[in-house]
Amino acid sequence: MSDIQFEIDGQKVKASKGMTLLDAAKEAGIYIPTLCHHEKLEPFGGCRVCIVEVEDRGWTKLVVSCVYPVQNDIIVRTRSEKIDRIRKTIIELLMAHAPDAPALVKLAKEYGADRDRYERDASFCIHCGLCVRYCHEVAKKDAIGFVDRGINKEISFIPEIAAKECPSCKECFPLCPTSYLQAAYVLVDGLSFPKSSSKHVAEG
Amino acid sequence: MARVNTPEELNTFRQEILSKRDPNNPVVSICAGAGCVASGADEVIKAFEEEIEKQGLGAKVDTKGTGCPGFCEQGPIVVIYPEEICYIQVKAEDVPEIIEKTILNNEVVERLCFKNPGTGEVAIHESDISFYKAQQRTVLCNNIKIDSKSIDDYIALGGYSALAKALGEMSDVDVLEEVKKSNLRGRGGAGFPAGRKWEGSRNAPEPIKYVIVNADEGDPGAFMDRALLEGNPHSILEGLIIGGYAIASHEGYFYVRQEYPLAVININLAIKQAQEYGLLGENILGSGFDFKVYVHQGAGAFVCGESTALMTSLEGRAGEPRPKYTRSNIKGLWNRPSVLNNVETWANVPLIVNKGADWFTSIGTESSKGTKIFSLVGKINNTGLVEVPMGTTLHDIIYNIGGGIPDGKKFKAVQTGGPSGGCIPEDLLNLEVGFDELTKAGSMMGSGGMIVLDEDTCMVDVARYFIEFLTDESCGKCVPCREGLRQMHRILTNITKGKGKQGDIETLEELAETAVEASLCALGKGAAAPLLSTLKYFRDEYEAHINEKRCPALACKELISFYIDPDKCQGCGMCRKQCPADAIDGDKKLIHIIDQDKCTKCGTCFEVCPSKFSSVTKLSGVPVPEAIAEDKRTIVKKAKAKGK
Repeated sequence: MSDIQFEIDGQKVKASKGMTLLDAAKEAGIYIPTLCHHEKLEPFGGCRVCIVEVEDRGWTKLVVSCVYPVQNDIIVRTRSEKIDRIRKTIIELLMAHAPDAPALVKLAKEYGADRDRYERDASFCIHCGLCVRYCHEVAKKDAIGFVDRGINKEISFIPEIAAKECPSCKECFPLCPTSYLQAAYVLVDGLSFPKSSSKHVAEG
Repeated sequence: MARVNTPEELNTFRQEILSKRDPNNPVVSICAGAGCVASGADEVIKAFEEEIEKQGLGAKVDTKGTGCPGFCEQGPIVVIYPEEICYIQVKAEDVPEIIEKTILNNEVVERLCFKNPGTGEVAIHESDISFYKAQQRTVLCNNIKIDSKSIDDYIALGGYSALAKALGEMSDVDVLEEVKKSNLRGRGGAGFPAGRKWEGSRNAPEPIKYVIVNADEGDPGAFMDRALLEGNPHSILEGLIIGGYAIASHEGYFYVRQEYPLAVININLAIKQAQEYGLLGENILGSGFDFKVYVHQGAGAFVCGESTALMTSLEGRAGEPRPKYTRSNIKGLWNRPSVLNNVETWANVPLIVNKGADWFTSIGTESSKGTKIFSLVGKINNTGLVEVPMGTTLHDIIYNIGGGIPDGKKFKAVQTGGPSGGCIPEDLLNLEVGFDELTKAGSMMGSGGMIVLDEDTCMVDVARYFIEFLTDESCGKCVPCREGLRQMHRILTNITKGKGKQGDIETLEELAETAVEASLCALGKGAAAPLLSTLKYFRDEYEAHINEKRCPALACKELISFYIDPDKCQGCGMCRKQCPADAIDGDKKLIHIIDQDKCTKCGTCFEVCPSKFSSVTKLSGVPVPEAIAEDKRTIVKKAKAKGK
């Protein structure tokens, strides 16, 4: 593996080819916020909160660090007025869905985000896709997926698979930043899992 | 028909086709493009066929349903060769007269010719019509001459000679260099130089490479690619095969949107015909070059026009863009080098190969070469497809070719570049169209949509419309686009409904910045453009909506009231009779009054009030005046006038 050298926030950093800026920053102990990233999963590039500034041969551009590959001699800045402003907007947009999600509350504090900036929406899913991707890539069950697109996009358990696989797995549960996943699970369980005993009735 | 095995055989075959056709025999070309079919072209074609049959002219007169020549406003269009006599708005019942006069007796049916609205001059030939005069149609010109289902027609006009030249006389590198030299830039949106894109793929180490036609045209009001796909599919196919040769790819794809069923049929047919002739498949024209083409239909997502989303969709997965920072010409379809170009870009390739890069660069501006097809729609007299050299001014396109704004209204702006483009105001009408020029003005070339807006159009509502379109079409993967658009749409809707607040403009600007800078793909990055360009040139309209609750264009329903001017009303009762909400009170010789509580603001009264009275007006930002007192409602003016 060839060594790649560059700079993050004034600090010289070494990384190997194929790593992302986020990987390299983590190794160097430099913190970049993320919401949709998980080390076991392929980079998704959905939340865009890990956005950073890259200066490459005099050209400056904004890229998301979870996907951008390391390169020799680039200068990476993880904070700037612009980056902070964009991160703040992203957090505020997501807080219209999940104003009390601990990960968002923490970021909101750091970036001065106003949880009430935008009109609230009913769904508290922030579409990080961690559950969907974990189920596909790691658990390899595909018991949950995205349905529809754009602002109507939602996560959805596939009842036939979920009824069989989920009760004994639930590995995705701790990944959900908003606990919308758990709510969706209760719903699919209640609506469509076969009821073999009186257990559900008693619980309900 | 036997396979054509060499470039020479193709040439011989072309001569054979031509020798069977007497150039003096009349040919009736009837546009069978979507616009003309909608106006009844199918019946016209049938009428011609029947009448020719009836009169026993079948052997002498050829009838063909052709591609779209662009003058959709006046369809169905019929052109009779060899004289090139052009008839507009032809109906089936006009056909016997056309046969009798034009075909049999060489006379012109003047009433079916285009008349110049300014001078009243009759334009007999296609080239006499003002709409066509100022155009330079190098790509679209064959549409009206070709039966879009006939490869022989295409070959007769020199079709596939560029392929023969490329394979027979040029090396693959020669072709690539020629395209590079031509500085052909992508016609689909970003305007990336095609030659450089090709070169990247060619030089990529992976041996299997692909060439792809982006035929997922989805911008509202845009139909230039449709006209080419439906009308002259072989020209695109020929370009694609040449592209494959240049980058050493042996597999090509057409990604066609499902909403273009005729395009899908014609492309499939073109591929089948080309295969039968040996112009596609193994050892094309004896050159040793093999090439296959497949057609893939999209499933209705606008975002699949974005390169990586298109490729993901082509691979059989949900059409979402990829987050990777690798160019798709290096790692595209199935992670292999893939050249994706738009329909019109591919259609330019045979022209460049045949006529040379020097010819191509002789047309256009410094940085934008060749011609560009625009679909001119909206508040314009001559709706249709317009092909002009790059560098033509917006003014020329809108006034000389488009014939200006209907009903004597005032021009306000032209929206170019599709949903991610922007609005250009009147004082920039002298702008020369080109990739960089339009971008500099805050809009973009895009794929060539051009929507003309007049004084009755509210610019906040225009922004709201495009943002709504993009909100529907966002794939939903990344936050700046999905959530940003959701909120932008919400705020804009509120503003048009009179619920705008102080600070809304600043919030919109912040959301726009985040979408532009942080979105994953071009859809999100361009999503704020309709907003930013209207804010740039029409900020006062936003401010009027927010601060004064006034819509300056008198278009936003929630911000206007309809009011009958008591001094003008003659009590004719037209408005009262037509009002669907029963909101108008009045009687003969009584001044009419609109009950504002009942009024649904449908605008019927405004439309039906006779223009000699014009008593119904729209008000915005001011209170509706008190209704006239009962004892003053009787109309006496009329009696006075009579007495005079």
